[in-house]
Amino acid sequence: MADVLLEGRDLKKHYPVTRGFLQRTIGWVRAVDGVSFTIERGKTLSLVGESGAGKTTTAKAVLLLERLTSGSILFEGKDVYQFSQSQLKLEYRPRVQAVQQNPWSSMNPKMRVRDIIGEPLVVNTKQSKSQIRSRVLELLEQVGLMSDAGERYPHEFSGGQRQRIAVARALALNPSLVVLDEPVSALDVSIRAQIMNLLKDLQAQYNLSYLVIAHNLATVRYMSHSVAIMYLGQIVEYGEAEELFEKPLHPYTRALISASQLTIPEDGTQGAKQIILSGEMPSPLNPPEGCRFHTRCAESGESCSKDVPELKLIGQHWVRCNHYK
Amino acid sequence: MSNIILQVENLRTSFFTRRGEVKAVDGVSFYVREGETFGIVGESGCGKTVTGLSLLRLLPEPGGRIVGGKIILEGTNLMELSKKAMRTYRGKMISMILQDPMTSLNPVYPIGDQIAESVRLHQGLPDNMVEQEVISALRLLRIPSPEMILRQYPFQLSGGMRQRVVGAIAMSCHPRVLIADEPTTALDATIQAQYMALFKDVQQKTNVAIIFITHDFGVIANMCHRVAVMYAGKIVETAPTREIFNAPRHPYTSALINSVPRLDRKDDRLYSIEGQPPSLMNLPAGCRFAPRCSVVQEICREQEPPEVDIGNGHSVSCWKVK
Repeated sequence: MADVLLEGRDLKKHYPVTRGFLQRTIGWVRAVDGVSFTIERGKTLSLVGESGAGKTTTAKAVLLLERLTSGSILFEGKDVYQFSQSQLKLEYRPRVQAVQQNPWSSMNPKMRVRDIIGEPLVVNTKQSKSQIRSRVLELLEQVGLMSDAGERYPHEFSGGQRQRIAVARALALNPSLVVLDEPVSALDVSIRAQIMNLLKDLQAQYNLSYLVIAHNLATVRYMSHSVAIMYLGQIVEYGEAEELFEKPLHPYTRALISASQLTIPEDGTQGAKQIILSGEMPSPLNPPEGCRFHTRCAESGESCSKDVPELKLIGQHWVRCNHYK
Repeated sequence: MSNIILQVENLRTSFFTRRGEVKAVDGVSFYVREGETFGIVGESGCGKTVTGLSLLRLLPEPGGRIVGGKIILEGTNLMELSKKAMRTYRGKMISMILQDPMTSLNPVYPIGDQIAESVRLHQGLPDNMVEQEVISALRLLRIPSPEMILRQYPFQLSGGMRQRVVGAIAMSCHPRVLIADEPTTALDATIQAQYMALFKDVQQKTNVAIIFITHDFGVIANMCHRVAVMYAGKIVETAPTREIFNAPRHPYTSALINSVPRLDRKDDRLYSIEGQPPSLMNLPAGCRFAPRCSVVQEICREQEPPEVDIGNGHSVSCWKVK
């Protein structure tokens, strides 16, 4: 049996839409609508989707930065929502850390790098100054920065180096799970590979689990063990990364893969045939009836606008589509 | 083969700051044919956007200045035009789409007015004809129900629609050359695919030459006929798109292509280029890529490599290539 670190069960987050002086609720934005997943120890799960798919809300729920409307998060089998405040502070928060997307805005520009990396230790542990100093040096070395980097300020570093600092800060408390929200999308192409390789090395070394939020499928394939494709607050396809990329089942997944495929033009003509979706993602305030994707799906049949598809296990992975029985 | 519409020769653009001269574009030459898409690919700070802005002579002032070179558009050297004459070219003959549709549209004007602005300026049409032109520009970019959309404000449209409106403004006066600076970067993957397909269609209808500036090799593969790879203010390699992918000759080009993860195969480990691009204020002597190059030789650190034409429209600046 797989060693499950964290499990999300039927997560829902609905935001009220209010109007007028009395702030009457006139509707609900179903940002996340029944999402379940598991993250194994030492493995990477990626949530993929376009803006508005609900991937960031899901990640925020895992970090307990958003309170769910319903659903539960199990950490090592225990329901996090049943934890007391002190339990959360001791047993959950230090073990689940995050790296933000933009290394230009995720650090206080007035703090030295050693204080930025050491802050989680000051807040969460009772270590002495010298202990913290040596831990910071150790972390700097792990992420491939020079030991004198600690004395400098964030503006003295490039984007890639800053992202290394952010990774060092996330690792300070020896977490089990790191939530990586678009960890490389703000970086330059030649720097992305450096950071992705670093993240993979650290994962192997410390048996870390990652929850990656990303929109670039090639990055996801390189980083992940399993992948969940999200559309309008729901998971439409979920499975092992290799399986999912080799044999995508859901029409949306196939369109996404086609849109991000690098097609080298042959004999001077331009790229191969791509699947081009029509229209845009509908508003989560008023999602389409039946299958939520049917308004843009090239393969939608008559039943798709009526029947709500369930997540079904087809072969090795889960898919939410009426075409699979 | 169709005619060369734009020829850039030894373009040099610098920013003069208190700390010294920043050579953002340092001797860039290329040409674009009618109906062709020419890609400029590179990392941030390599000078690709400044190249685009220089072609329009729209550099931020004070500070930015074109210090040398020629920009020949249909036989006219844009560098020799007065500011006033340049204004009649800009938008009409050569226009540009910027990266972020949130910031390139004015939030307090309906989008119809924003397209009409350039139509009025360049074509001097009476008001009732202006609206027709605006609608046809919106149609060209396949914006649904243009009569209605032109009375809407930017905030009422989605990101993809807004970027189409920006495209409609750029195409409204039927330019011969369109510079597109990362037009798809701010868009979602499926919307990005729509936008690129749309552009191919617009190009077929109008035969416009497109200069596509991007950092994304996927976009290059999909859109461009020929590509130039830029590094630290210089073009290091120019080739037809297929050659860039199948037979890159410059070490930077191949390293860059290898460091991008691929969707169609499982990579165990990505190739990564060590270090980072040099500061443009303090460039290394010799080849600018030498400090990061894996096949560096003695001469690379001393002399700048010349541009070598290796046939098939493929040229490389590297000492390794003879």
